Amino acid sequence: MKLDRVFEHVTRGFAASLVVVVVLIGFMLFKESLPAMRTFGWQFPATQVWDPVADLFGGLPFIYGTLVSSCLALIIAVPLSLGIAIFLSELAPPLLKNIVSFLTEILAAIPSVIYGLWGIFYLAPWLRTTVEPLLAKSFGFLPFFQGPPYGIGMLAAGMVLAIMIIPIIASISRDVLQAVPEPQREAALALGATRWETTRVAVLSYGRHGIVGAIFLGLGRALGETMAVTMVIGNRPAISASLFAPAHTMASVIANEFSEATGELYTSALFGIGLVLFSLTLFLNAGARWLVRSTMRGAGGGRE
Amino acid sequence: MTTKIEINRVSAWFGKHRAIKNISLNVPEKTVTAIIGPSGCGKSTLIRCINRMHETIPGTRTEGEILVDGTNVLKQDPVGLRRRVGMIFQKPNAFPTMSIYENVVAGLRLNGVRDRAKLEEVAVQSLRKAALWEEVKDQLHKSGTGLSGGQQQRLCIARALAVNPEVLLMDEPCSALDPISTARIEDLIHELRSTYTVVVVTHNMQQAARVSDQTAFMYLGELIECGETKRIFTNPQEKRTEDYITGRFG
Amino acid sequence: MNHWRRKGMNILVIGLCSAAALIALVPLILIFVHLISKGFGSLNLAFFTDLPRPVGEPGGGMANAILGSCVLIGIASLIGFPIGIFGGMYLSEFGKTKFGDTVRFSADMLSGTPSIVIGIFVYALIVLRTKNFSALAGGVALGIMMVPTIMRTTETMLDLVPRMLREGALALGIPYWKTLLAVVFKTARSGIVTGALLAIARVAGETAPLLFTALGNQFWSTSLNEPIAALPLQIFQYASSPFEVWQEQAWAGALVLIGLVFILNVTARIAFRRKG
Repeated sequence: MKLDRVFEHVTRGFAASLVVVVVLIGFMLFKESLPAMRTFGWQFPATQVWDPVADLFGGLPFIYGTLVSSCLALIIAVPLSLGIAIFLSELAPPLLKNIVSFLTEILAAIPSVIYGLWGIFYLAPWLRTTVEPLLAKSFGFLPFFQGPPYGIGMLAAGMVLAIMIIPIIASISRDVLQAVPEPQREAALALGATRWETTRVAVLSYGRHGIVGAIFLGLGRALGETMAVTMVIGNRPAISASLFAPAHTMASVIANEFSEATGELYTSALFGIGLVLFSLTLFLNAGARWLVRSTMRGAGGGRE
Repeated sequence: MTTKIEINRVSAWFGKHRAIKNISLNVPEKTVTAIIGPSGCGKSTLIRCINRMHETIPGTRTEGEILVDGTNVLKQDPVGLRRRVGMIFQKPNAFPTMSIYENVVAGLRLNGVRDRAKLEEVAVQSLRKAALWEEVKDQLHKSGTGLSGGQQQRLCIARALAVNPEVLLMDEPCSALDPISTARIEDLIHELRSTYTVVVVTHNMQQAARVSDQTAFMYLGELIECGETKRIFTNPQEKRTEDYITGRFG
Repeated sequence: MNHWRRKGMNILVIGLCSAAALIALVPLILIFVHLISKGFGSLNLAFFTDLPRPVGEPGGGMANAILGSCVLIGIASLIGFPIGIFGGMYLSEFGKTKFGDTVRFSADMLSGTPSIVIGIFVYALIVLRTKNFSALAGGVALGIMMVPTIMRTTETMLDLVPRMLREGALALGIPYWKTLLAVVFKTARSGIVTGALLAIARVAGETAPLLFTALGNQFWSTSLNEPIAALPLQIFQYASSPFEVWQEQAWAGALVLIGLVFILNVTARIAFRRKG
């Protein structure tokens, strides 16, 4: 009886340590970024200048780079992922379903440094020689597709990120769609709906919150992804409308400059960027979690 | 006959729902007591109070007094109590990660008995008492879950007997079994009576009539009537008992 | 007329969805083709036994990085397994409470935290204090990343163990904690092992959390207080270098790394299926 209490307390201690770690992450980042926040105040995330030599630090180029590369990734990944999810949950015969599911899981298991390696040596050169000239020729009137084709740059980062988040969005959306109760589908089919109409009316509308949640989770991953982006984005702290130009993200500037950062203010500014990134992903993940859960529960699809 | 278990004004709750109400009942030593009644009448809850399994479900509560050999179990260490009061469940629940042999000696081993010779001796004895030895003696080290349902239930009985209890509580032990397996378990209950005090919960009245010395009839959480089995089935005092055993409801 | 339009739409969408599935698999196939064609060329025995050589000297390998990755994973497991498994036990057995929900929420937040953030957190927590980069710091960073996965799988797997098994053990007079460890945990073991292997597979390829903790090292080192090499770090450094020899080594390293991640994934699946 006594040992049972001891056991409960010990395991509770282990569980609690996880909460402590999350709180501690926020606290440490806050503490370390204080010097920069004192110096730059609320201007920090809104300033464009990033000049370590002059000790002037503003986070805007990185926030911009993170948001644009992630949005680009979503634009590419969302339609493809939803296509895969619908294909897997509504259309594919069992054998094909297993194979495609397995392959998307492999895609999710590849370490990000390998995506980066592949991005540097295959994706970026291909973008430079083929895709970017083509885009410049056809859509060159848009500011996004102007300027010299570097290969390495925002577009490369967006594409690598898209490849990396497709498995996440696809597999969670598939789970959400599969949690839609069968009677919903049958009801639509019995009204004479085609397969697509059934999917659209019964399945997608039923699971829409969960799909939004899945997209949030993919976005959360894209925002924080470090290595692959660092390797292909070109690492230049500037805001440029062109997707061909090199850029920087919050994660990539930390990865690139943290070990070279001399001086308290420089390091502190990088911690500040870490804090912004941490807060952003926290916010997104909390929202995503709430959305996915509310659908799963609503669909009676299982847990809790 | 000495009284082995004395239940005094016991009530038990699941959250706000009072599953059994103010029950008093005596169980004489080395007899079989059957508790019958329609499903949901609280008969399982009653015997789960005796070895304090009831309180392992979150949100439950017990009140009253249950004496085993004159001491109140509700004030005792439940772990020690459960070694003296064994239990058999509705569905056989052999441990899937353990062999037949390991299943039988699990109670001893996990309570610190390390002596191999002793463990083996107890395993053989318990399997014999549970009338399973002949069927499994050549496959003691195979998984317990490979056996048939009836065999698994006897394995669970052997497992309970191995810790050498004085009382055996059986919670509808045959409800998941076929008629032949049921008959074997019933024979077994009959034999166990010479050594153990048995309380068996059943919704099967024929079974109660066949195996028990004393029968208690419960309805909606209350004990309606209790007495010698033959008397309950031939000459019930209460109208509701009569209605139930003649099949008018339930 | 309307009927045909609806039918056409149906076929169009089915086609588009199937095409999406196909398109998504193209990068996967390309990555593998490139990995194998580039990686096998520079992969030889020396890669597994030799230290990295300076630019200009031919040959050399990543033996120290492979060893370093093993050391880091070892430290990470020593941290991640106990916290994850015991924490998961708490969630499953005692944690259907408000506090348990807080833990679950924190686990989800931690698993969504960018790995680079965990890297600088551990830098602030350990490296700043001990004043040097170390294998220990790298291991702690990876260990923290393992915890949420292991904790949630452990909880799910323990929840799947039927209540009647617990009751069977409790009714034999076995104390609750022993029931949990000897009966419930053992029954759920294969699922928990799967979760643990997947967690290892995930952190084995992590680079970002090691950049400012383990740092990397060109030489043999197994000391916990010194910088240590790791396979993903080495791949990153070589891939971003301008030297072709090093770039080729990076491909070989990538092939080895993906091989490792693969073996872990497949083992995890087999472990789960055998007992499933």
